[in-house]
Amino acid sequence: MTKPGRTLLKVQGLTKRFGGLVAVNNMTFDVHEHEVLGLIGPNGSGKTTTMNLISGAFPPSDGSITMNGQRLSGLAAHQIARRGVSRTFQLVRVLPGLSLVDNVVAGAAFGYRKRWGAEAEQFARGLLERIGLGDHMHLPVGSLTYIDQKRLELARALAGEPEVLLLDEWLAGLNPTELQEGIDLIAELRREGRTIILVEHVMDAIRSLCDRCVVMNSGAKIAEGTPRDVLSDPEVIRAYLGDE
Amino acid sequence: MDILVSGLLLGGTYALVAMGLNLQYGVARIMNLASGEMLVLGALAAFWLFTTAQLSPVLTMIMVAPLAFIGNWLIYQLLLRPLVKRAKNQGQLEVDSILATFGMSFALVGIMVAIHGEYFTYSYLANPFEILGTTVALNRFVAFVVALIIGVTLVLWLNFTRPGTAVRAVSVNTEAAKLVGINVPRISALSFALGGAVTAAGGTLISTFITLDASVGVIFTMKALIIVIMGGVGDMRGSIIAALLLGLVETAVATLIDPGLTLVSAYLIFLGILLFRPQGLFGKRAT
Amino acid sequence: MTGSGWKEIGLAAGLVILAAFVPLVTDGYWLSIAVTAMMYIALATAWTLFSGPTHYISLATGAFFGIGGYLVATGMSDYDISFWVMAAVAPFVAVVLAAIVGAATLRLSGIYFVIFTLGLAEMIRGLVSWVQNNFLGSRGLYVLTDFTEAHIYWMLLIIAAVVYLIGWLIERSRLGFAMKIIGNDEGVAKHLGINTAAAKVALFMITGYFTALVGVVIAPRYSYIEPNLVFSPELSFLVVIMALLGGTQRLWGPIVGVIPFTLIWETISVSFPNATTFYLGLSFLLIVYFIPNGFVGLVEKLARRRQG
Repeated sequence: MTKPGRTLLKVQGLTKRFGGLVAVNNMTFDVHEHEVLGLIGPNGSGKTTTMNLISGAFPPSDGSITMNGQRLSGLAAHQIARRGVSRTFQLVRVLPGLSLVDNVVAGAAFGYRKRWGAEAEQFARGLLERIGLGDHMHLPVGSLTYIDQKRLELARALAGEPEVLLLDEWLAGLNPTELQEGIDLIAELRREGRTIILVEHVMDAIRSLCDRCVVMNSGAKIAEGTPRDVLSDPEVIRAYLGDE
Repeated sequence: MDILVSGLLLGGTYALVAMGLNLQYGVARIMNLASGEMLVLGALAAFWLFTTAQLSPVLTMIMVAPLAFIGNWLIYQLLLRPLVKRAKNQGQLEVDSILATFGMSFALVGIMVAIHGEYFTYSYLANPFEILGTTVALNRFVAFVVALIIGVTLVLWLNFTRPGTAVRAVSVNTEAAKLVGINVPRISALSFALGGAVTAAGGTLISTFITLDASVGVIFTMKALIIVIMGGVGDMRGSIIAALLLGLVETAVATLIDPGLTLVSAYLIFLGILLFRPQGLFGKRAT
Repeated sequence: MTGSGWKEIGLAAGLVILAAFVPLVTDGYWLSIAVTAMMYIALATAWTLFSGPTHYISLATGAFFGIGGYLVATGMSDYDISFWVMAAVAPFVAVVLAAIVGAATLRLSGIYFVIFTLGLAEMIRGLVSWVQNNFLGSRGLYVLTDFTEAHIYWMLLIIAAVVYLIGWLIERSRLGFAMKIIGNDEGVAKHLGINTAAAKVALFMITGYFTALVGVVIAPRYSYIEPNLVFSPELSFLVVIMALLGGTQRLWGPIVGVIPFTLIWETISVSFPNATTFYLGLSFLLIVYFIPNGFVGLVEKLARRRQG
């Protein structure tokens, strides 16, 4: 395991209101270089909204997000992507009209480290091999299984060689064998020293993959620390199981 | 003061037309670009019955509205419903319904030109009438009052009756409306038909004080669209206020600068809305 | 580069060379039909450049075309500027208009764009007439040149070929790739780093440029220009019909639509001059209900059926 390095991403006082509803309330946390940070909490606690704020799907109502001292909050999604943040989606979103290779080239052509033409294609093929889709390269995207679509989406997100990778419930909906393959895949990314924010419900994955966890409930941070510490925190247990 | 009164009177009838379109787009999700032609059909009926049978346009309106309701219901069921079924997504439906209603719009213009190719000129209640110290033609005032009655009835119906509430539910969220047991296809057809009836009624009223012709519909479609977007899609109250606003601005531009520039002024408003408040004057910013 | 890409451009080049001989083998009536058809080919191909990948129905053709024609006329008549200078300048005015319209509407849903372009030609016509009547004095605008129908035909052919070539290049460029991704999932496109609004506006500006250029080149054909003549809403609709009839999924689709439709339309205009609007409506309805993917769609469906 690589030792977590300096602070890469800084989230301060992040707040998102939808009309009267406060979905994310005054969240503050840091993400260090080379670390896998788990963003966990019960359903509806604001995890995905936080991811959407970081990736720029919509602007925050208040607070700031900075990466390497550069302000990300307030920028449009495409600008944030170009500064080195890429993501996968909670419900997998591959590009059905494009070939597998082009799906990955799409991630390389406009992102953080841009590649185009033959170089991009070669790079995309390499990524597809690595991610376990080497044998499926010529299949239409629509014929891929669910986990393979998730792999493809991950390859697309990696293709821009992002500084920070956001995985929004990337392991959700997989069967037990697929789940183990998925966890191994992320573990490999972690060994490479990538910086990842992981929204996840699968406890095994959280325990084995995350260096640190931030726990959310009702839009606010209720705990932060190593997976072991936060998962034994009484307040966290109460949040997951209810008050009784 | 003259501008204020005439502008509000004009805006009142615009409001009716915009409410009609808003029912069709906001609820049935059909961007009806033949809306203006429905209006002109109403006007043509008023003109024709007045010149041949001396029938008062207000009476014509009472006859035209149910006919337009049936006609629009049939259009929805026969021509638009297949498009709704065929569409894979909202974008596809928008493109298809735009093209289909363009087709209807041109076909209707063609038919109306064949019936009466000249201006629909007739004179009904063109007497001067004093209101708030301003003299306006009586027909404008009558049209405004009738439009007001229809508009208020419609708003009350939408807010305080069961079918009205169902219509509003579909407008807010089609999927959720389905889940609570609302028959969405039926409500959509009803809204489309009702919208058409209101628009045609608006046409009979407008024809009493503006001389129309068979091909002028697209201008009204344009204005109704601008009003609907300005007021917020699905928002009847917004439509009314936006319509009054547009009536005022147009009257001011026509009196103070040049009548040829009314469309230009409508466009400037439209541009401003798109740039600064695309969710409509009163809408919440969508995320 | 795939082989089929080169084959396509080779075939197109062959067709352009063939088409260049038309004025040498015919004149009079058929040449004038050929000029009209070539005008629509250029306009419909330029239209498809933007509306094909975005699926946004643009009705701005009349406005861009009018800007081209009107500026040439007013430049030559009122300011004694040469045709060529105006031909170089006028399209850029259309590009500016396209940028404004695009910036205002293309960030939002497609419906706003359609509505905005629907009355655009009419609105500009109103504005131009007002300026002309109040500030410039309403003189007639003449475009007097030595161009023959054949010259106009060749210029239009060059424009059409250039538009096609640019479309072919865009399809193979990052912009074209971006449009393909946007067509698949605009939300994903944004998160991949694509400035989706800018990409759409850029394409729309290219379309605006060439549409105005066609207006410029056609102006000498009319010789006497009035705002009512060149800012024609009908033109916008005809171009939409022809492009959709051919099919917008392929760049060559519109060409397939223009040629039969020009002939049909010519016949209708001559035989039923008072019913053109009705037939215009009928054409829209026929396309939407019976050939929603155009001739291209029909051909590809048949080809698929034959294969499997």
